[in-house]
Amino acid sequence: MGRLVRIWRRSIQTRVVTSTIVLSTLVVAFTGWALLRDVADGLADGRREAAVSEARSGFDYAQTQLDATVETEQSTQSQVLTQMVDSLTRTRGAQRTYELVLEGPLLTDDGQVPVRSSAAVEPGSVPADLADAVRSGSGTFWRYSDLALLGSSSTQPSVVVGSQLRAPGSGDTYALFYLFSLEDQQETLDLVRRALLLGGLAMVVMVGGVAWLVSRQVLDPVRLARRIAERYASGNLEQRMHVRGEDDIARLSTSFNQMAASLQSQIRRLENLSRLQQRFVSDVSHELRTPLTTVQMASEVLYDSRERFDPQTARSAELLKRELDRFESLLSDLLDLSRFDAGAARLELDPVDLAQVARDAARSPLLERAGIRVRLVGADTPAVVEADMRRIDRIVRNLLANAAKYSGSDVVEIEVAQNAESVSLAVRDFGVGLDGDENLRVFDRFWRADPARTQGGTGLGLPISREDATLHGGTLQAWGRPGEGSEFILTVPKPDGSAKHPAIDSVYA
Amino acid sequence: MSYRRTKRDRVLVVDDDASLAEMLTIVLEGEGLTTAVCRSGDRVMAAFAQFKPDVVLLDLMLPGLDGMSVCRQIRATSAVPIIMLTAKADTPDVVAGLEAGADDYITKPFKNTELVARVRARLRRSDQLAEPLEFGDIVLDPAGHTVSRNGEPFELTPLEFDLLACLLSDPSQVFTRETLLQKVWGYHHPGDTKLVNVHMTRLRSKIEDDAENPRVIRTVRGVGYQAILPGS
Repeated sequence: MGRLVRIWRRSIQTRVVTSTIVLSTLVVAFTGWALLRDVADGLADGRREAAVSEARSGFDYAQTQLDATVETEQSTQSQVLTQMVDSLTRTRGAQRTYELVLEGPLLTDDGQVPVRSSAAVEPGSVPADLADAVRSGSGTFWRYSDLALLGSSSTQPSVVVGSQLRAPGSGDTYALFYLFSLEDQQETLDLVRRALLLGGLAMVVMVGGVAWLVSRQVLDPVRLARRIAERYASGNLEQRMHVRGEDDIARLSTSFNQMAASLQSQIRRLENLSRLQQRFVSDVSHELRTPLTTVQMASEVLYDSRERFDPQTARSAELLKRELDRFESLLSDLLDLSRFDAGAARLELDPVDLAQVARDAARSPLLERAGIRVRLVGADTPAVVEADMRRIDRIVRNLLANAAKYSGSDVVEIEVAQNAESVSLAVRDFGVGLDGDENLRVFDRFWRADPARTQGGTGLGLPISREDATLHGGTLQAWGRPGEGSEFILTVPKPDGSAKHPAIDSVYA
Repeated sequence: MSYRRTKRDRVLVVDDDASLAEMLTIVLEGEGLTTAVCRSGDRVMAAFAQFKPDVVLLDLMLPGLDGMSVCRQIRATSAVPIIMLTAKADTPDVVAGLEAGADDYITKPFKNTELVARVRARLRRSDQLAEPLEFGDIVLDPAGHTVSRNGEPFELTPLEFDLLACLLSDPSQVFTRETLLQKVWGYHHPGDTKLVNVHMTRLRSKIEDDAENPRVIRTVRGVGYQAILPGS
């Protein structure tokens, strides 16, 4: 059932074909019904008129017979009547198409009406209201009825024509009924019905087939377009639709191809631009390195001899060195970012134990200098992943630097945990914290929580760390609450694992 | 550690950037080293022959002959320690330089202390061995800094000598790459395993007959390297 619903919802063709079949079935059924009704009426009317005129001549003959009979004796009269019925049936030869019923004389003392009939006609084959009409007055009357014969279980549709006869001698009245079978007409009607049914069925099937063909003709190019669009979506822009003719489909294909071509050229242009830009950044970084090295070496020489300078020059040497160091980290961060942007960053994978990384991080001179105590959680179980040691190191260093510089917390907690798929390392501080918006913005380039609180740093540490994590197929997420602290969770997948479900749930989530 | 104090150590600086070359000489001479500068790749061999340096500081980007080729040329005639200066820390460049025969590399920009430490590390003579070490058919002589196999001497650079001496001095121990970096390169290069890998490959190509079936040094997968005890 679910599958049928799915097919119905997904396939235009199914819907088109189904509704075409349903609608054409309705139309065919209605026309068939109307046609059949007209044919049945026509057949019955024709037979009835013939029957009435045949009956009339029969009535005239019977009346003439009765007029000629002058016997009034009951027994002889009865004989005459039987002879009359016989002769009426016989005059029409072997091909007789009717049965006869003669009732009468109608007015007897005991109320019993003798009935004579040409065949084993069941009593009740003559409709009661017709019998009443005939008995009560002169004239010819007719009704449709069902003719039942004795010994036969089935009835035949029939038309019954009746009229009153009067015997002039005795003054007795009789009712004579002709019962015409409509069997032939019924057969014709059945034939027509069968033909209509078969024809209608064939027509519905054919219309369904036509609908299928037509919808296919329209839908095939649409499906092709869909498949090609899917390929475009997945980045393969080389495919083109085949254009044939000048119809709507051809025009659709043409516009489709134009769209793809313009998309492709746009993407190429952007790719080119971005490649040029990345190349530029990378070249600039490289070109800057040689003079920067010289300047930095010179500043260090000056810095090392600052005791021999007057205070202003000495301070200048200090500032020169400090800012050059900052400049250098900025340059190296920019170069790293340009490598990430160019997709040129490569991993050098080795087994790395994140528990060991956490233990090393706890002894970091950076935290010691800032007077921060470290709490280690879960760092005594090896948690090994395939990773680039230098990048992992850099991420952890950045997270610790972040906690040391900005949080204002005097305790940092480092937790390591793992599940079947991945290993997670969390760095928590209990300082100023982050609010909802900042959780996302800390990874923006050059973003700082509070511009007034900047203490060196490039503003690129966390963005680079996140790129590093992503390069491993892992994640780096930030959480926090103002005034309570912040938490960074690095998750690195194990071989063949995924980082979708970190082993550590954020305490702020 | 023992430095040769008998004469001032000589450093040949090969760099086309005049300011950087001059700054390098200022810093190195401040450390009591003698320096000479060569500014073009195709004049390096002449300067090398004339100056007879104890260490070569070689910039990879040079006019004339590029740094890699210079490196190979020097290596063809001498085992002198070579330290590359590079602005490209990207792995392929560094590995190519190391494979061309450089012992170590420094990425620009660097600190003076780092530069001096690396130059000193290359000038330092091995203290892995106090006396000659016999290891199967290999004999290491720390005094003459010579290696012989079945009595036949063969050439190792000082760095390769240190590497081999370090491994052979304790065959019971598996040396991790980190340990080797600390013991042989002498300063901390966290996680820089390519330095070890490249030199280990070259050392093995010299001492092993069949690189597929090493008889002297085996690799312990995921851990590091270990000397194979003779006869085991």
